[in-house]
Amino acid sequence: MSTPATVHQTKWWSGGKSPFNLEYGKLMMWYFLMSDAFTFGAFLISYGSIRFSQNFWPDPNVVFNAFPGAGHANLPLAFVSVMTFILIISSVTMVLAVHAGHKGDKQGVIKWMLWTILGGLAFLGCQAWEWHHLLTGEHLVLAEGKLELIGQNMRENPWGQLVHDTQALTAALNTSSHETLVHIVHSHNHEHTIAELAAKTDTELKGMINLAEMHVREKGPVAFGGYFFGITGFHGFHVFSGVVINVIMLIMTQKNVFQNKGHYLMIEKAGLYWHFVDLVWVFVFLCFYLI
Amino acid sequence: MQHPAFEEVSFHHHSDDADFKKRVRKTTILLSVLTVIELAIGLTIYNIHKGPNPSAGLVLAFKGLVCILTLAKAYYIVSVFMHLGDEIRNMIMTIVVPLMLFIWFIFAFIYEGNSYKNLKNTYDPYFKETTMPKPHQAAEEAPVEKPSGKE
Repeated sequence: MSTPATVHQTKWWSGGKSPFNLEYGKLMMWYFLMSDAFTFGAFLISYGSIRFSQNFWPDPNVVFNAFPGAGHANLPLAFVSVMTFILIISSVTMVLAVHAGHKGDKQGVIKWMLWTILGGLAFLGCQAWEWHHLLTGEHLVLAEGKLELIGQNMRENPWGQLVHDTQALTAALNTSSHETLVHIVHSHNHEHTIAELAAKTDTELKGMINLAEMHVREKGPVAFGGYFFGITGFHGFHVFSGVVINVIMLIMTQKNVFQNKGHYLMIEKAGLYWHFVDLVWVFVFLCFYLI
Repeated sequence: MQHPAFEEVSFHHHSDDADFKKRVRKTTILLSVLTVIELAIGLTIYNIHKGPNPSAGLVLAFKGLVCILTLAKAYYIVSVFMHLGDEIRNMIMTIVVPLMLFIWFIFAFIYEGNSYKNLKNTYDPYFKETTMPKPHQAAEEAPVEKPSGKE
C-alpha cells in the first residue's frame, strides 16, 4: 500500500473528518456486504455440513454436463465455465465504469455500464437455461424395484449410485407398465413420437431398451436439490437485483444526476455490490461444481 | 477527482490512468488463468473418478488445491476490483476481522456433519445399507483374481 506521508500526519480520530476516509454510504455498503457474506457463508456451510453427513453425494461432473444445443453430449464443467467467465468479464467492465466515473467521463460510464448490464443478463439467461434443463430432464432410476423417470427437483434426485445388478434391472423392466416403457424408450430415442411408441406392444418396446447402455441409477440424496436451487437461486436473485441497480444507475447517469452532483460515487457503490455478486459466484462455483 | 465531494473524505487516491489500466488487465488475466487451472483440476478429478482405481487421497488433495485457488481469486477480486486494498488499514480490519469467524464456523459445522454421519452409520443399519457406496467395479472383480477373497 503506497500511502503518501500526509496520511500519517493526519489526525484521523480528532473529529471533522471520516476516520476511515470513506464516504458514509460507501462504508455502509461495505458493512452490508459483510453481513451478506455471512448469509451466503451460512448457506454454503450448512450445505457442507449436510454433505459431510451423507455416505454418498452425487459427482457434480455427472450432474452438470449439458451444454445448450449440444444435445446429450457429455461436457462436464463446460457450461458453468462460460457462466463464470461472463461474470468475471462483467466485473471487469464494472471496474472500468467506476474508473470512468472517477474521471467524470459520462460517456465512458454509460458505455461500460451497458456492457456490465449485458453481462448480468447473459448470466441470468444461462442460469435460467441450466435450471430448466435440470428440472425438465428425465433420468432413469431404479427405486424400490421399479423403474422411474425423474428430473432433478426439490423432492427427488436422480443422481444416486449406478445400479450394476442386471438381474434386478431386468426384473424391474418386466414389471414396468406400458406407459413407463413408452417413456423410457422415448427418453432415449427421439425418432418416434409418443403416439407411435404407445401403439407398440410391450415386447417390442422392451426390445428397444438396452439397460446396460442406459446408466440406471438409484435415487440420490434429496438435500442436493434444495441446496442447489436454494443457493444458486439466492445468488441469481442477487445478480437480478444487481442488474436492476445498474439499470437505475445507467438512467441516472444519462439524466446527468451525477454530473450535476459533481461526483459518481453512486456508481462506486453499485460497483461494490456487483463485485460482491461475482465474489459469491466464485464460492458457489467451488462448492457446487468443482468439489 | 479534483474537488472533494464530501468534507469528511480528506484524502483522495490519485491513480495514474495507464497504471490503472495495466493493473486491471493484469488482474483480469490472473483471474482467468486461475479459473482455467480450476477447471483443469475439476476435469482431472472427474477422470480420476472414472478411472479403474480412484484414489480418495489424490481427489482430496486436488479439492484442497481448488479451495486455495478460490481463496486467491477472492483475494484479488476484493483487493483490486473492490479497492479494499487501497483503503485505510483500520477500515480493512473492521471488515476482515469479523470474517475470521468463518474459520471456526467451517471447521465446527463440517465436524458436526461428519459426526452425525458416523452416528447414523453406527445406529441406523438401514441408512448405512442404502447409502454406503458399493465397492467400485474394479473392486468387485478383484475376487476373481484372488480366490481367497471369495466367501
